[in-house]
Amino acid sequence: MLSNIGISLVILILILSFLIIYTASLDLKISGQAIKKNIYKLSLFQTTFTVLSFFTLIIGFINSDFSLINVYENSHTTKPFFYKIAGTWGNHEGSLLLWVNILVIFSYLFLVFSHTHEKKFRLYTVIFQNILILGFLIFLLLNSNPFNSIYPIPHEGLGLNPILQDPALAIHPPLLYVGFVGCSIYFSAAMASLLSNYGGKSFAQSIKNWVKISWCFQTLGIIVGSIWAYYELGWGGFWFWDPVENASLLPWFAITALMHSLIVLEKRNTLYYWVIILCLSTFILSVIGTFLVRSGILNSVHTFASDPSRGIYILIFLSLMIFSALIIFFSKHKKENYSFNLKSKETFILANNWFMAFFLVTVLIGMLYPIFLDVLTNEKISVGPPFFNIVIIPLVVPFMVLMAIGPKFSWIKSQKKIFNKILLLALGAIIINLLIIYLFGKYSLLSNLIFITAIFLILHSFLDIKKFISKKNKTELPRIISHLGFGLLVFFIGINHQFSLEEDFNLKVGEIKKINNYKINFEEIKTKESKNYKAIIGNFKLTNLEKNLVQYLNPEIRVYSDPETLTYEAAIKTKITSDLYLTMSNVSRSDYYNIKFQKKPFMIWIWISALMIAVGGFIRLTLKKNED
Amino acid sequence: MKIKIFFFITYLLFITSGYSSENQTKLLEIYKNLRCLVCQGQSIADSNSDFAVTMKLVVQDQLKEGKTEAEIYRFLTSKYGEWIVYQPTFSKNNFLLWILPYTALIFGAIIIFILVRKTKHNKVN
Amino acid sequence: MKISISKIIIFSLVIFFLFVFWQGLKINNNYDTKGLIGNRISNFQLNKINNSNQYISEEDLKKNTYTLINFFASWCSPCRKEHKYLLSLSNESKQIKIIGINFKDKKNNAMNFLKELGNPYDFVGEDLDGKISILFGIYGIPESILVDSDLIVIKKIVGPIDQVQYNKILKLTQ
Repeated sequence: MLSNIGISLVILILILSFLIIYTASLDLKISGQAIKKNIYKLSLFQTTFTVLSFFTLIIGFINSDFSLINVYENSHTTKPFFYKIAGTWGNHEGSLLLWVNILVIFSYLFLVFSHTHEKKFRLYTVIFQNILILGFLIFLLLNSNPFNSIYPIPHEGLGLNPILQDPALAIHPPLLYVGFVGCSIYFSAAMASLLSNYGGKSFAQSIKNWVKISWCFQTLGIIVGSIWAYYELGWGGFWFWDPVENASLLPWFAITALMHSLIVLEKRNTLYYWVIILCLSTFILSVIGTFLVRSGILNSVHTFASDPSRGIYILIFLSLMIFSALIIFFSKHKKENYSFNLKSKETFILANNWFMAFFLVTVLIGMLYPIFLDVLTNEKISVGPPFFNIVIIPLVVPFMVLMAIGPKFSWIKSQKKIFNKILLLALGAIIINLLIIYLFGKYSLLSNLIFITAIFLILHSFLDIKKFISKKNKTELPRIISHLGFGLLVFFIGINHQFSLEEDFNLKVGEIKKINNYKINFEEIKTKESKNYKAIIGNFKLTNLEKNLVQYLNPEIRVYSDPETLTYEAAIKTKITSDLYLTMSNVSRSDYYNIKFQKKPFMIWIWISALMIAVGGFIRLTLKKNED
Repeated sequence: MKIKIFFFITYLLFITSGYSSENQTKLLEIYKNLRCLVCQGQSIADSNSDFAVTMKLVVQDQLKEGKTEAEIYRFLTSKYGEWIVYQPTFSKNNFLLWILPYTALIFGAIIIFILVRKTKHNKVN
Repeated sequence: MKISISKIIIFSLVIFFLFVFWQGLKINNNYDTKGLIGNRISNFQLNKINNSNQYISEEDLKKNTYTLINFFASWCSPCRKEHKYLLSLSNESKQIKIIGINFKDKKNNAMNFLKELGNPYDFVGEDLDGKISILFGIYGIPESILVDSDLIVIKKIVGPIDQVQYNKILKLTQ
């Protein structure tokens, strides 16, 4: 029954999309400022049915209604309640339904909140957004329908991967999709802007908040994914330049560039066509990312179960999107006048875009190159963390310098006084770096530069905070916090990389390993039976010989029965000053266990700084209109 | 001004002259650069598979014998193909991979340069 | 829309990218080393399984027209399935000598395995920790390598030998 309800709702949404496109096209010809009331009503119905369809699927998961194939394949009666619900979007078909939900909801919200803008522009936006909705609905109905039914009804589900039963991972997709999919609305708005010749400052204001919202959620989604990987995946890392991670990073670079360029478009009414290109590219990158991840074309720890037929559909959709965007852009493109003063804020924002484009192109090339090489020459190579680190990290150095001094410059022209302050702070950064070397040890040239420029950015931000406290100009606060967060993030990642202790060794029960000033005593192995798994728990006594402190770490090996999987749970002790990290795995046909021990200084500060970046963005959203 | 830059560079070279990497970090670095062939996108550092365990032993032996990092990669690539190393080589096949990002960077720089110069030109006129 | 060089370039690039994506969907994602033939195997010393004083090395293999090096273990069930083909090969083909390398196994279990299923090997070596398998580019068992008298690898079989592979081996070594 749920299957019928679900499919009926989806067909209703499909019909409504057609109706909206049709009525909106007719309304285009009618002059005036007000959009026909019908279109609002149709959009509201569309939103209601879409949300209802999503609830239908959720109910299916909650009730363990295995008449739905999707529930059967991805759930289990013994799964905890919260994870049953999270299971709704933790699979390909369900997450597609979430995509449609966000597309539809954003379409309606845009319609409602854009009433100060020109009618033709708004109508075109709604039309294009609904074409996107149609595309996804057709894909859903023909290929990835979460409401397909199965008969006879199985009495138990196939269960969800135990690794995915985690609170961080449960909220990670919805957060990320508001970012990924949210950028659809300014893709549609960009197309609309071109067709209705609605540009400049007004256009910037119409999409401003959407860009900020998608940026905040995209940032948050990526951070939560990293936190999950660190605590759950058992290798002590939080970023592996894995294809799925990269797929979420590509739109992030574009949205960040767009967010900064919008400031220029709004204040100086220039860079319009570049902003359009960014708006179009962001959602195109999201769809490319989805294509790479869901089609099985890439090899990754994270991939959904792959299926080439999905790939074909998404590829067709992607091609149509790119070609229509190109055709409309080229036919409407006119020559624009630019005037950029070298020492002005807009040039620095251009520089930000330049770096964002570089980072984006690097990650994109790193992801795509193995595919291209394989298709064209049949050779398989791997492009992994070393490539991305070697190319990107050195460029972060000048990037942070620009981040620090850019905001200091005013629009159009600036003063010489700024330079003296900059030199003073640079000197301060170098002194602090020397202090770190003196206290903790030398490191490479690149690390020196990273530390110096990160501290430089941090010092600038602290000075800005001091200025903010005295002058109270709220408009600067979001930027200060986000930039400070970025500086701190790079600083703490640098500290972690330089001063982490990491050892990989084999140990038998009863043996002791000494590493630097730590003594690790593998005391015993215990077993524990839990509701849906059996655990082998190692008891490790960790002694800090310098401070004479003793701690116990208990990593686990978990054997799940339904489905049969093996997971490794790391023992992590998080403190303000450092994290202690221990994983244990058994070496087959041997009494030995492979142990990975890590001491990671200031690990939690990496998360705090990253969250600061997002917080800055959220603060900006809450600023009132005249304060921005 | 030039003297300040000269001192800055000498200072940087001085503070970095003592940089050395210990053997254990070298070992882990190599582990992180080698792909586990039987896993879905994991290095042998992160993998718990049988194959990873064996590979680690071989890398340890070779390091003890005094082989350099490059020699170890060359040895393993000859046995398993280039896929096993995460850092792509700078070969005939791969040089595009390394060159393209910097090409994009230079391309962007040229565009910004042109834009700023057009402004100066307009201002002069 | 005016036609200009830059537009043609951009459109061509997009078509090229989409074409590669489309082709990319068809390629096999699973990596295997089956294509890594043509290399010479080198520098190894294989200790005999129940007598560590005896060993063979590259020199000994050069005496054979063809050598099939087979990695196996008593705890590996696909190894049981392929064993009959190994026995067939040792009987049928005078050109091929078969070397068995017992991988990460216990001697007694390996000898019992051979006693139970038959011994097709001219020499059984041991690889207790698996390091020898890396020398031969092995990454799982069962896996077999066919070399000629110059010790050039002419075929790699990843996984158990089946009827198809068996026929191919015979054809290659006629």
